[in-house]
Amino acid sequence: MTPAAPDMTILAVLAPFAAAAIAPFAVRILKHNAAWPLAIVPFLIFVHFAGYLAGVSAGETYTIARDWVPQYNVSLSFFIDGLSTLFALLISGIGTFIILYAGGYLKGHPQQGRFFSFLFLFMGAMLGLVTADNLITLFIFWELTSITSFLLIGFDHLRAASRRAALQALLVTGGGGLALLAGFLLIIHATGQTEMSAVLTSGDTLRNSALYLPIFLLVLGGAFTKSAQFPFHFWLPNAMEAPTPVSAFLHSATMVKAGVYLLMRVHPVLGGTELWTTVLPVFGGITLLVGTILAVRQTDLKLMLAYTTVASLGLLVMLTGTSSDRALEGAVLYLFAHSLFKGALFMVAGTIDHEAGTRDVTKLGGLRKAMPITFAAAALAGLSMAGLPPFIGFIAKEVLYYGTWGLPQGALALTIVAVIGNALMLVIAAGVAVKPFFGPETHTPKHAHEGPVLLWAGPVALSLAGLAAALMANTTGALFIGPMLSSLKGVQTTVELVLIPPYISAPLILSIITVALGVVLFLQLDRLRGLIATILATIGWGPDRGFDQVVAAIVRVSAALTRVLQGGKMQTYMMLTFAMTGAALLLPQVLTGSFPAVPAWPEFRFYEWAVILIAVMGLVAVLLAKTRLTAIISLGIQGFAVATLFMLFGAPDLSFTQFMIETLSVVVLALVMTRLNLSPRDHRPLGSKIVTGVIAASVGAGFALTLMAITQQPFDARLSEFFAEFSRPIAHGRNIVNVIIVDYRGFDTLGEIAVVVLTGLAVLGLIRVKTKSDKAEPAQKTTRAAKAAQKTVEAR
Amino acid sequence: MRTVIFRAFAPFITALMVLFSFFVLLRGHNEPGGGFIGGLIAASALAIYGISAGVAPARRALKVHPMSIAGFGLLLAAVSGLLSLFKAQAYMTSQWAAVHVFGVQVDLSTPMFFDIGVYLVVVGAIGSIALALEERESD
Repeated sequence: MTPAAPDMTILAVLAPFAAAAIAPFAVRILKHNAAWPLAIVPFLIFVHFAGYLAGVSAGETYTIARDWVPQYNVSLSFFIDGLSTLFALLISGIGTFIILYAGGYLKGHPQQGRFFSFLFLFMGAMLGLVTADNLITLFIFWELTSITSFLLIGFDHLRAASRRAALQALLVTGGGGLALLAGFLLIIHATGQTEMSAVLTSGDTLRNSALYLPIFLLVLGGAFTKSAQFPFHFWLPNAMEAPTPVSAFLHSATMVKAGVYLLMRVHPVLGGTELWTTVLPVFGGITLLVGTILAVRQTDLKLMLAYTTVASLGLLVMLTGTSSDRALEGAVLYLFAHSLFKGALFMVAGTIDHEAGTRDVTKLGGLRKAMPITFAAAALAGLSMAGLPPFIGFIAKEVLYYGTWGLPQGALALTIVAVIGNALMLVIAAGVAVKPFFGPETHTPKHAHEGPVLLWAGPVALSLAGLAAALMANTTGALFIGPMLSSLKGVQTTVELVLIPPYISAPLILSIITVALGVVLFLQLDRLRGLIATILATIGWGPDRGFDQVVAAIVRVSAALTRVLQGGKMQTYMMLTFAMTGAALLLPQVLTGSFPAVPAWPEFRFYEWAVILIAVMGLVAVLLAKTRLTAIISLGIQGFAVATLFMLFGAPDLSFTQFMIETLSVVVLALVMTRLNLSPRDHRPLGSKIVTGVIAASVGAGFALTLMAITQQPFDARLSEFFAEFSRPIAHGRNIVNVIIVDYRGFDTLGEIAVVVLTGLAVLGLIRVKTKSDKAEPAQKTTRAAKAAQKTVEAR
Repeated sequence: MRTVIFRAFAPFITALMVLFSFFVLLRGHNEPGGGFIGGLIAASALAIYGISAGVAPARRALKVHPMSIAGFGLLLAAVSGLLSLFKAQAYMTSQWAAVHVFGVQVDLSTPMFFDIGVYLVVVGAIGSIALALEERESD
């Protein structure tokens, strides 16, 4: 039994949404300094979740639930364990500095308030995502992160590139989210549980379920799109169109890690199978290599970092996919380390851009003297990213090498991939953290100088945290890594971390190889760039262009479909409508073979036969009619005969209405015909007539068969008896039909007559649409109208 | 279509039909009839008058645009349901009152006003469509 979490947790998760509502007003009053009070919100959330650390590291989990849509088992429920606690701490902790940073970065921006709002919404969505227990709630927060990131990436909405990137991120991650929803529904179906905490206890049920493969693929679809795994990696670098605070947040703590979070979350129930340990490492490994290789090619600081994020996510997926204890530990450690150094480095990149006016690494140099604090932070974070001691990145790298090296299968392949990836990561780290600050001072668009405290507080804090986490490796292991690993493995685990490896081991040697390889590659960076550019140019086509082509194809197909379905030709509309109606009525009966029995032929009186004969004659006359007017009138004859039948069988109201409707439709049809200047005869070719005839016959047959089927059901007389009994005493009326219309179901009738009024207005509008030829000769028209008026006067 | 005979008789037919439509409307609560059928009859009357005498005279005879009649009908129908609110009953709960005029008891009820609303909506909407369609013929 899991103890209930305090109510405060719900408040903590929902607090960012409240802050989002306040932010614009705060900015209006305090300008960019609003960042200080606003940052208190994520800080308090951080403090709240830090309160869980003691319990969580002792192996406790907490749940809290509020009814949301109880009819569908959807509740606003939250589940706190090691995994969600660490994520919540990263989101709120880094979020605090991101808010501060955004205050400095967008200082004076006219939309700064709105930006804060979006940022808080994003934060709230992420917090909800990592703490949600109910699967549907989790999905809603999941999609909310897609929507809020759409707003953030497209923040600079006047630029086409921003809009494209935002749309791309939304389509890719939102589409993956739908796959995830399907996966969740299958999980609910397979386990009968709607809460993640309950699902986690039914691992064997799920793994042995026949639905395992679809569940696995659908969940993977969600996780891979969100965490930009190959071949969905293209949206993430494009998301760099967003302002830098967003990039820093997105990459360090939030959305892109959501996919990894999900994989780690479902690992106890979906992981460990052969499918899991093959698919994930393969795709993760490819993503790692693709990400680092593409990163090396870039010269834009943000893009370099963005591609390494893709690579890091690949590494995390790869490690999670191995399902081995040590590799999972490496994954958790690396995730923790990555959040700290990536957040810091992104903010550094933004600060350089903000203060020097360019992010192009080839145009930057010698900033060390102008921006000493930023440089210090960049150096610390860069060393952690490069995996050098004494930083948390180093410990992570050691542990993950332990993990890959010790694997039962594929150890060598995965280790080689990891070594190459890490070496290239070192190259990028050097490119971002060293290159802009050393060497000769270059001429930058702006005169570079140190930014305000708002801009350097975040990088300094995060990079120092990376150092402190390594120096106090034991505490880090016990408080953060151990509980999280327990969640991943589904059993309580303790982790002991050491900063200095006690003896020379394989991982240490691998580390040394990595560093050596990295340094060599860095020295040959320009040549490496050229080589990669050449290779990419020969490949040419990538998923990013593929995305554009898919989107363009969708637009083309829908345009073509619209041209066919809504070409503006009334005949097409009517044909489609009636063909669909006929198919809908006939197909179920044909497919199930459940035709109604042919009813016994009733005894008719002679005058009833006469009326039926008139109806049939009317129909034959319609078919044989030489002119349209004759056909319309013949149709009226048939209708009148049916109305007479209603009268004979005791439905005077119905027959009354039918008479009036038939009269009016003959009048209106005749008027329409003369108005449209149709030729008196139908000149269509025979083929077209046959098609129309078949459709008409199928609709007729469909209705007839359906009505026969319905009348053969036993008649439920409850309603008729009720109305017959109560019409007089309750509604003071003997005519049941009218009583129903104006009294029992008066509200329906009100709606119906409103529709009649609207239809009338619409028809009037249609009639008054002037065609081009009408507009061309208005003068003539008025004279004609005048003449007509004169004529009527004379006629009187 | 405007033969002399038709032109001569149309006004009388129209008047009779309109009268008949009132009759059908008001008897609707106990006998076959009601607002919808009555409205259709009146709309037919309007169409016949328009065909025989021309649309302009038909519009002049109506004084207001038929669509305004429909709008008024909709308003009347909606408002008739409001009366029940004064008695703290749900919207559209029917209310009945008996009034004695010259010794004859006349039942007044909200369903009746509602039905009159339906009648006006049908006359107005169908009539305006018919008149608008006829209009082109005359110019």
